[in-house]
Amino acid sequence: MSFELETATVASDSLRRVAIDPVSRVEGHGKVTLLLDENNKVHQVRLHIVEFRGFERFIQGRPYWEVPVMVQRLCGICPVSHHLAASKALDVIVGAKQLTPTAEKMRRLMHYGQILQSHALHFFHLSSPDLLFGFDSEVAQRNIVGVAAKYPDIAKQGILLRKYGQEVIRLTAGKRVHGTGAVPGGVNRSLTGAERQELLKDIYQIIGWSREAVKIIKELHQQNPALYDQFGSFRSHFMGLVAPNGDLDLYHGGLRAKNADGQILFDHVDYQTYDRLITEEVKPWSYMKFPYLTQFGPEQGWYRVGPLARVQNCDRIPTPFAEHERRELVAYAGSEPMHGSLGYHWARMIEMLFSAEMIKELLHDDDLEGSDLLVTGQRQREGVGVIEAPRGTLFHHYQVDENDLVTMANLIVSTTNNNHAMNVAVREVAKKYLDGQQITEGLLNHIEVAIRAYDPCLSCATHALGKMPLEVVLLDAEGRELDRQYKA
Amino acid sequence: MPADTLVFAWGNPSRGDDALGPLFAEAVQAMQLPQVECLTDFQLQVEHTLDLVGRRRILFVDASCGVADGVQPPFRCAPLQPARDTSYTTHAMSPVALLQVFAEVQGQAPPPSWLLAIPGESWELGQPPSVAAQERLTLALDWARHWLRA
Repeated sequence: MSFELETATVASDSLRRVAIDPVSRVEGHGKVTLLLDENNKVHQVRLHIVEFRGFERFIQGRPYWEVPVMVQRLCGICPVSHHLAASKALDVIVGAKQLTPTAEKMRRLMHYGQILQSHALHFFHLSSPDLLFGFDSEVAQRNIVGVAAKYPDIAKQGILLRKYGQEVIRLTAGKRVHGTGAVPGGVNRSLTGAERQELLKDIYQIIGWSREAVKIIKELHQQNPALYDQFGSFRSHFMGLVAPNGDLDLYHGGLRAKNADGQILFDHVDYQTYDRLITEEVKPWSYMKFPYLTQFGPEQGWYRVGPLARVQNCDRIPTPFAEHERRELVAYAGSEPMHGSLGYHWARMIEMLFSAEMIKELLHDDDLEGSDLLVTGQRQREGVGVIEAPRGTLFHHYQVDENDLVTMANLIVSTTNNNHAMNVAVREVAKKYLDGQQITEGLLNHIEVAIRAYDPCLSCATHALGKMPLEVVLLDAEGRELDRQYKA
Repeated sequence: MPADTLVFAWGNPSRGDDALGPLFAEAVQAMQLPQVECLTDFQLQVEHTLDLVGRRRILFVDASCGVADGVQPPFRCAPLQPARDTSYTTHAMSPVALLQVFAEVQGQAPPPSWLLAIPGESWELGQPPSVAAQERLTLALDWARHWLRA
């Protein structure tokens, strides 16, 4: 089932190729290719992603203490996640087994600010055009400018939620961009009383807007269950971090996986041993690897990460409003986990609410003004840091030599963890909506809607003016170009 | 009160000529011009509409694709009007779309704005800006020194 349509079973020279290149409204570059026959029957669907393997080589040979700052240049959307995952790995290297309360809470505050702003951007500005106007609505309207024109309050809330998250990052990381807040063994700053008060001033409004956002997506599900439950729906395992007591925790915990029935496959696994748990498979047609749970093999061991996995993997969310919403999602899903790809939006908004509530809790904690910021211990040569980034579980693994230089770096980013699942989602949607149909922009957007549900970060390649068109190319069986469209 | 003039530059400093925008902002900041504020980011994003509030004028700065040859100017600066374009990707949200969002959300016309585009040619990870791009950056800064004082 999961490999159906990965490779065409008839000679590809008799098929027509459609490329959606790059996928729009996701972070970075992606391309979808579809092979169709003369009747527009879909024979092969692949999502191609240009991954940043080059970054791992870029880090090698650098002093380890530079890494938390350098890795932020991986991505302009979630630099804080890389900053913190790298810092956690390097905590192990410097022997910092337990951070000071101030350091841990400052990092958590930074992380929840990042989750808040990233989820707000995705929901309000990337996905809401599809959700509010329809997947095949007028293309000129289906973007943030269209949302701002028709729903200015929603657009403004999205902007202010994101701005608030960015402010949390600025105050915890020290700068708007390329912050240096987290360092191996702790942090290099704490908050002042004035900074706490500045953030506390708006947090109740932020929580209110987050509750409204959950309501919007919940009602969309309830009003159109046929679409929301079935679109891009497929059974899979789910993996992510949970706290020692099973609570949702996006900063730290052990690895838990559940199967498609919701039964636990493994629990509280120490992520320092992730390489015994996960194998990264290479496929000749994609730059991005395909990780799977080693014990189940590549066909049965692939999994999903991110909001839908996390909200359904945990036993409880430790904040009241978000926990109430989690229970509603679980009740709606019924006897087994929610499998529809659009469920990611619902779970993502629950996590945004959770993040807002966590920020409030943290801001009331006086430890944020503490001065005990750093710990060290017995130096190690190797460390793994894992964090639940906005898009899912993020692994950073480093080896450092006696001269403090990085000799090995391995990153499994959230989008890589979801690579196989996104391919399956695209194939499910292609089968259901494109098979035998004339290809239109609206139909192609269905493919993109499936991808966007996972909020993939396809790496921040260069984005200079003119570098990021959406290109759709139609080729005939001989490879001759029949049609080409740009959206840039 | 925010500074009258905002210079907003974007780009990834680790990707060759994509660093032109942030380098431009850094150099302008060093000029210490009165009533000029410089901001940078990896990408132009919707919340940057809030950075435009209360300004007299905005200068957006980015590296652009397409290398200038001997005939073309080393950089281009053109006025912008809000427009509902089809800039779909968040990382590529265009300045004109940003101005349009500003107008829709703030309920008023955005400040007069210009886009300074400095051509680049090399975008590799870990590479410094190309020599030719740095020369164009120097010329753009010479121009900006006068423009920003106007």
